[in-house]
Amino acid sequence: MTRLHRADTLLVILGVLLVWQGVFAYAGSTAITAPLATFAYAWGLLAGNFIWPHVGATMLAFAMALAISAVLGVALGVVLGLRRFAGDVAEPLIAAFYTIPKVTLYPVMLLIFGLGLSAKVAFGVIHGTVPVLLFTLTAVKTLPSVYLRTARTMRMPPRDVARHIVLPALVPEIVSGLRVGFALTLLGVIIGEMFASQRGLGFLIINGINSNNVPMTTSVTLIVVVFAVAANGALLALDRQLHHGGRLRT
Amino acid sequence: MTRAHAVAATRIGLLLAGFLALEALCRAGIIGKLVMIPPTAMVAEMTALLASGEITGDIVRTFTTIAIAFAGAVALGFVAGAALHAAPRLRRAVDPLLAAYYAVPGFIFYPLLVALFGLNVLPLIAIGLLFAAPAMVIATLLGLDRVPPVLRKCARVHRLGRAETVLHVVLPAAMPALFNGIRLAFAYAFIGVIAGEFILSGGGLGYAIGYAYESFEATRMYGLLLFVLMMAVVLNGALYVWETRLLRRRTRA
Repeated sequence: MTRLHRADTLLVILGVLLVWQGVFAYAGSTAITAPLATFAYAWGLLAGNFIWPHVGATMLAFAMALAISAVLGVALGVVLGLRRFAGDVAEPLIAAFYTIPKVTLYPVMLLIFGLGLSAKVAFGVIHGTVPVLLFTLTAVKTLPSVYLRTARTMRMPPRDVARHIVLPALVPEIVSGLRVGFALTLLGVIIGEMFASQRGLGFLIINGINSNNVPMTTSVTLIVVVFAVAANGALLALDRQLHHGGRLRT
Repeated sequence: MTRAHAVAATRIGLLLAGFLALEALCRAGIIGKLVMIPPTAMVAEMTALLASGEITGDIVRTFTTIAIAFAGAVALGFVAGAALHAAPRLRRAVDPLLAAYYAVPGFIFYPLLVALFGLNVLPLIAIGLLFAAPAMVIATLLGLDRVPPVLRKCARVHRLGRAETVLHVVLPAAMPALFNGIRLAFAYAFIGVIAGEFILSGGGLGYAIGYAYESFEATRMYGLLLFVLMMAVVLNGALYVWETRLLRRRTRA
């Protein structure tokens, strides 16, 4: 079963590479570099010194944005989930915020935070917080009410209820939310770098376009995609284990 | 019902309070003129822009692009989802691709699409479509998975043909998930097209916002921004209301 599964995954990767090669054959080297050449170029980049400050800049902004998104999303989600009225008031507003094209808010972020790290982080946060919040909120609302009734019977103070009952029960959903939040935070940070930054992987992509450096653009895109897919795979595995494990125990 | 009224009233009150607070902060100069203009000025600018007709061309262009991308994504996503559902082996192979799809920051492919199609509306349609279609595929798969087997059995007992089974049994049963997919596809198509215009294009509302920002026309930028955000909220809200109405009618019947 797993061997078959692995073979299927390999087939998919092969298919993606074939499509890529096909696009290259159709569009030519002014638009995109061929898979093999891109891997070679990306390897050269990673072996050299040039790219690492940019990777560092992106990762710093990304880590900060993700940490803020996670804490803010979980905290707000728990509060809004436990206080039903506040939750009912806020949920449609948050869902509406989720669907607006936040890229257009970028100028506002720049005007508020100025050029540099804080604008990038803020942009990542407005992308990443909402999914974590919505997943947490839904999880709290669907929490078996017997848990909370038991807590009340034991006269637990609210802080203990949050720490010993609500948070542990929420972990699987929070991980699901973090997986989506992870992706959107990365999107936010990279887009932020594309517009107004002198460092970072997003800057390298847009700079490659402006200076017609096709191998650079394609290679950096590849590096970002590989990172995103790998991180997603790890979080997905954790997610499945937590959900599955929960079901086995009860 | 009174609780629902209270919730709605509080929500409106909250929005109003935020609006007034922002207005006061801007008027008092605590938020600088260069950072944000007062909300009433945004509304006035938006009305003036709409009345003057100078952004009508951009509006038409942007919403035509979104409509094409959205319709294409729903149709393609549904067909692809149904096909994948019918071919489990292929589906298992494609599954990791679908799971990782939204993890990749899709807009980094946008420059590539521009290089492929040229600087016109085609890459915008493509990015909207690429952004929205997988959501529809996933929703279709989910919906078809959740059709209770007893319904299919029932259809067989009644000797319904293949087409009849799909039309009268499978589709209605999968409807909630399909609607969810349609709603997501719209949100993604909207975001994809506007963001694409903002990043790199020669026209449309997203481009107009970026242009106004770069030429330091803060007032114009906020007017346009308000219009785009309002359209997003109104259209998404309309889809949501339509969906809940349809679903409510189903449960009542």
